[in-house]
Amino acid sequence: MISPVETAAPGPSAPQAQFASPVPVETTNLTHALRSEWTKIRTVRSTMWTLGIMLVLVLGINLLMLWAILADGSAYFSDPVLSPGLYGLMLGQLAVITLGVLVITSEYGTGMIRTTFTACPKRTRVLTAKAIVFFGLTFTVTTLACTVTALINWAALSGKTATTDCCEVSGGVTFKEGLTSATGYEWLGATVGVGLYVALLGLLALAVGTLLRHSAGAITAMMGIVLLPLIAAIFMQAPGLYKVQEKLVEYSTPVGLAALYRVRMAGDYDDRINGLPQLATLAVVTALALAGAYAVLAKRDV
Amino acid sequence: MIEAAGLTKRYGAKTAVYNLSFQVRPGAVTGFLGPNGSGKSTTMRMILGLDAPSEGRATIGGLPYRELPNAPRRVGALLDAKAVHGGRSARQHLLCVAQLSGIPARRVDEVLGVVGLQEVAHRRSKGFSLGMGQRLGIAGALLGDPEVLLFDEPVNGLDPEGIHWVRNLMRRLASEGRTVFVSSHLMSEMALTADHLIVIGRGQLLADMSVKDFIAHNSAGYALVRTPDDPAQGEKLTAALTKAGGHAQAEPDGRLRVSGLELRQISELAHEADVRLWELSPHQASLEEAYMRMTNNAVDYRSTQDRRAGLAPMTEVVR
Repeated sequence: MISPVETAAPGPSAPQAQFASPVPVETTNLTHALRSEWTKIRTVRSTMWTLGIMLVLVLGINLLMLWAILADGSAYFSDPVLSPGLYGLMLGQLAVITLGVLVITSEYGTGMIRTTFTACPKRTRVLTAKAIVFFGLTFTVTTLACTVTALINWAALSGKTATTDCCEVSGGVTFKEGLTSATGYEWLGATVGVGLYVALLGLLALAVGTLLRHSAGAITAMMGIVLLPLIAAIFMQAPGLYKVQEKLVEYSTPVGLAALYRVRMAGDYDDRINGLPQLATLAVVTALALAGAYAVLAKRDV
Repeated sequence: MIEAAGLTKRYGAKTAVYNLSFQVRPGAVTGFLGPNGSGKSTTMRMILGLDAPSEGRATIGGLPYRELPNAPRRVGALLDAKAVHGGRSARQHLLCVAQLSGIPARRVDEVLGVVGLQEVAHRRSKGFSLGMGQRLGIAGALLGDPEVLLFDEPVNGLDPEGIHWVRNLMRRLASEGRTVFVSSHLMSEMALTADHLIVIGRGQLLADMSVKDFIAHNSAGYALVRTPDDPAQGEKLTAALTKAGGHAQAEPDGRLRVSGLELRQISELAHEADVRLWELSPHQASLEEAYMRMTNNAVDYRSTQDRRAGLAPMTEVVR
């Protein structure tokens, strides 16, 4: 039951001409917004659900892949040692995208955004705080999850001897003194690299969510960004479009992630693939989308 | 002090608020009255810097809200509907707002106590009733202990006890020297709560006066006259009254509703016309009726039955 408390005055009860609050006034800055956004992100269930699903997918699918490889009997040498982590992450990234969209669109959907912008009329500060908190959280969680899968894969697949000729042809896997291994770059790509990539993708989702303001619309748009380049490439069979097709495939999200694992999804294996061009491209696209989000947010009616 | 000057808001071809100018002074409850869709919420959103005016400006203490230093500490607002994420508990909701506004966390528990939500502070606000949601919104408005308070339809969904509580809260906040601006579409509620009234219809200012003046100016008086059931008598009296400058209109029950003449004059005219009177009684139109007459031409959604005409200022008729 609710019982109204009429006696508990929120301020001094003596009538006075000009009201002055006894509560100390603190000039706010980005730190306040960061603290607030951290409270927001940890107190909604969607955060736990999306990141939980991401972890289950990344770890679960990685274990399934390992099981399939090891059950095969013959040693697995066609792909880099750490690469089984890729397949779970391809699905797991969709959960991060969903969270990125929801961080902002759930405020528009519920009307909370009006409370937020009344409490902080500097709207860009709110978006900056959201971006930092969301990016920090998803980068940390994704990098940790991928580090765990990388360690599991290293334990299961490294130090094996090459027993067949096939591996020389397919390439991709690193050998050290005749045994399967992984370079430092491979480790970096499979942990921090993919963590950055997925967190950037989530940040792009946050920017798209800010621009569109609707959860379903923004998630659909992000699915388009992730899937359309590959689908479009399938239908670009005309010889004149070959270059475009190749670029679309190379910079599509799944191929970008694969490149960070040094897995070549299309075309011939290239020793130099490292995913850096894809990572840089995604960073530029995200920066542009965020710039658009800032510009629109400052002017638009809430 | 809230000030609107030539405030105008257009959405495409539709003008939601047109050339609205008014002042809301501290130390009093100012009622913001208008039918549904008359532009009350739009005006409040412009005052809070959420919507940008198409023309004119809205200021608080001389500055637009978005340029106000420590704005959430100087202005608190209850916005229409639940501007709350239902997935958070009441306490978590207030906490994130407090953190954003630089308000100490202890204020969260204080305002939860003020609105009487301590016992459900840890429940997700999704399950709150309309009344509990309103209380949570009011708690949010009080969080910064601000000198200016805006409440958009605060009594919506509250039970009589809650309405009584809100009324007292508004009056107490005003008595502490704060500026209290409350919107409502209910005249009867505002007559009890507010000291000053700003009435709008179709986004335009209809009245800006104290409640006392509003009652004096708008509460019209009229007389009800019953003649014997012979229609000829009624027609004769109507003719005589109209000739004398009055306005007579038949009521469904056969009585005449007369305005513009004093009781004494009606009696004398009846006597001269040789019409017998079975009833001659003074009546006063309610404030609600005066408000509806004022906004009659300014409602967007109206039922089809016509309103009766013929209400004149009370001072002319009954003393």
